[in-house]
Amino acid sequence: MFERIIEEAPRFFTYYNLMFVLGAMWRTLLMTLVGCSIGFTVGLGLAVLRRTSAAWLRPARYAAILYVETFRRIPFLVVLFIVLYFIQPIYSGASLLAIATVAVCLMSTAFLSEIIRAGLESVPRQQMESAEVLNFHPGQTLAWVILPQAWKVILPPAVAFVVMFVKDTSLASQLGVVELTYAGKILVNKGFSPLLGFGAILAAYFILSYPLSRLGAHLETRLGTSRNT
Amino acid sequence: MEYDFQFAKVFTELPYLLGGAWLTIQIAFIAFWGGAFLGIFGAIGKVYGGAIARGAIGAYVVFFTNTPALVQIFFLFYALPEAGIVLNPLTAVLIGMVLNSAAYLTDILRAGIISVRKAEIEAALTIGMRPLQVLSYVMLPHVAKTLFAPLSNFFVWLMLGSSIAALFAVEELTGRAINISTSNLRTIETFVVTASIYILLTIIASLFLSFIGRTVFRVKAKVM
Amino acid sequence: MGHLEIRNLHCSYGADDILKSVDLSVDRGEVVSLIGPSGSGKSTLLRSLIGLTPPRMGTVELDGEEINYRNRQSLRHLRDKMAIVFQQYNLFQNMNVFRNVTVAPLKIKKRDKGAVEKTATELLDRVGIGDKHQAYPDELSGGQQQRVAIARALALAPEILLLDEVTSALDPERVNEVLDVIRDLTRDGITMLIVSHEMSFVKEVSTRVAMMDAGSVVEVGPPEQIFDAPKEQRTRDFVGKILRH
Repeated sequence: MFERIIEEAPRFFTYYNLMFVLGAMWRTLLMTLVGCSIGFTVGLGLAVLRRTSAAWLRPARYAAILYVETFRRIPFLVVLFIVLYFIQPIYSGASLLAIATVAVCLMSTAFLSEIIRAGLESVPRQQMESAEVLNFHPGQTLAWVILPQAWKVILPPAVAFVVMFVKDTSLASQLGVVELTYAGKILVNKGFSPLLGFGAILAAYFILSYPLSRLGAHLETRLGTSRNT
Repeated sequence: MEYDFQFAKVFTELPYLLGGAWLTIQIAFIAFWGGAFLGIFGAIGKVYGGAIARGAIGAYVVFFTNTPALVQIFFLFYALPEAGIVLNPLTAVLIGMVLNSAAYLTDILRAGIISVRKAEIEAALTIGMRPLQVLSYVMLPHVAKTLFAPLSNFFVWLMLGSSIAALFAVEELTGRAINISTSNLRTIETFVVTASIYILLTIIASLFLSFIGRTVFRVKAKVM
Repeated sequence: MGHLEIRNLHCSYGADDILKSVDLSVDRGEVVSLIGPSGSGKSTLLRSLIGLTPPRMGTVELDGEEINYRNRQSLRHLRDKMAIVFQQYNLFQNMNVFRNVTVAPLKIKKRDKGAVEKTATELLDRVGIGDKHQAYPDELSGGQQQRVAIARALALAPEILLLDEVTSALDPERVNEVLDVIRDLTRDGITMLIVSHEMSFVKEVSTRVAMMDAGSVVEVGPPEQIFDAPKEQRTRDFVGKILRH
């Protein structure tokens, strides 16, 4: 088996294959970052919505809870399939990458919303009362008092979640998105040894994921002890 | 869009899907306990081991937690035959998931070991407890308190994660959903029903685990 | 007509009635202290007045104008004139001392920056925190934080100041530095409602003392009356108990 690797190596480590894998890596990153950014924004909205108390927003609050609890309990693979078969008949021009990104959005919204909610809840209620009696609007309280204190509770698990999703996007290969995993399959189908093909793909994932997870660990220790700045 | 939802065609397949759900639970179970078995050694080695053991375990954890389980299994499934080891799909999935969960569980269990502070053990020994008593009255309750919630959540996470077995034609819940959808062509309906089964399954697991936590370990764990 | 007129005020927390018909009239410039056993509703009355636990029934009039606690506009108007200092200081943890004092006048009232900063500097000097503008709350002692909280409450120049057990969370040796600040404020003629367990301080600074028990005011009078010649049995019991040691 090692002879085969040594024999194939010159053909494998070519500029063309490198660009091919880098392109796939880019799509993996794109799905994750775009999906999780949108998920973070919408998730923040849902988390804030769930903190409101107005009676007329009650249906919206329940809808938010239902959404979060539902999508945290469905495998990403199943969500991918549902999104694919839902979008394709409506809008056949949608690219597979876009469809997969939508699925990432749906999932990350639910998970990040829970992370953000826990972060917002970590800020003592008295901080809000202080702001309230100084005539802060709820929005001002959120922006100037709660979020600046909550972000250090939110950030470490949020980064950890993004790291997890870098890996979970490998399932988008099933849709035919040429991200890293699918690229690995293509390389192997071209006749390269699976050891080389998938080995390279594992290394590529590691290169994406490891720095991010180090960042997450770093944030966790740093923000855990730092002052509130 | 005019789409005529026909759930009836899926409901007739419910027993078949539930059979798949049973396999889902089994896979999650094997991945959890297999991973826990390896993870205990990993965690103990990581805390008490020498420099080489710690380094090796650390490298293992870092590698498996920073690469996708799917590609790890691809690697096992397609690359091992090169070395003359041919695995059937279910075996490859199970080995892959056990190795993967071992890495995560090493980290989780390590946190539990560290959480038992030395001072507490010393205090227990000085008031005359025997080592076995220290283990059962001091260490285990403490470990249960810190570990029950993360372990329970991890199990639920494995139930959802086991869906990747479908990609190797294993007929667990998602695998059977794929089978049905290719034959009845009611894809959305099939996957919506499948998703509902997953939701139900994880809710039952969560409730069951919080119940066990409350009654057996006296832990008020909020399971996902 | 008093500065603050409280009539038949009821307040409940969940299923519990904490305030059961409170009547109290406070004149402009008065310092009224609320005393009474714990759980008698003193803190709830203050929280209720500023709308944190809105009253269920009854009226509160500020300068003859009734406050509508369900109306945002009315509540804002009230809070422009009334400020509260909490037991746990509740400074904004993410802002330094100076920012804590200036954020409301600058960002909420949109006042002139130069004037706001001048006032804030003066206030912080007055409470003895003039040298710690850049410090964050968690770098200060409890007494220092509480003095900053008082400066923050004063930054909007309120007409009425509510002080809710402001020394109860402090180390004993820190209590006096806060009481000194409050004593100094009473000379300004600002109307104050004080909930405190520091009886000698209450006796010294109050124009009147209100004895509360079981959610209502049972006796109001000058400190000499309440502490030396109480008319109500419940006041006698309470005062007897706390003055014995």
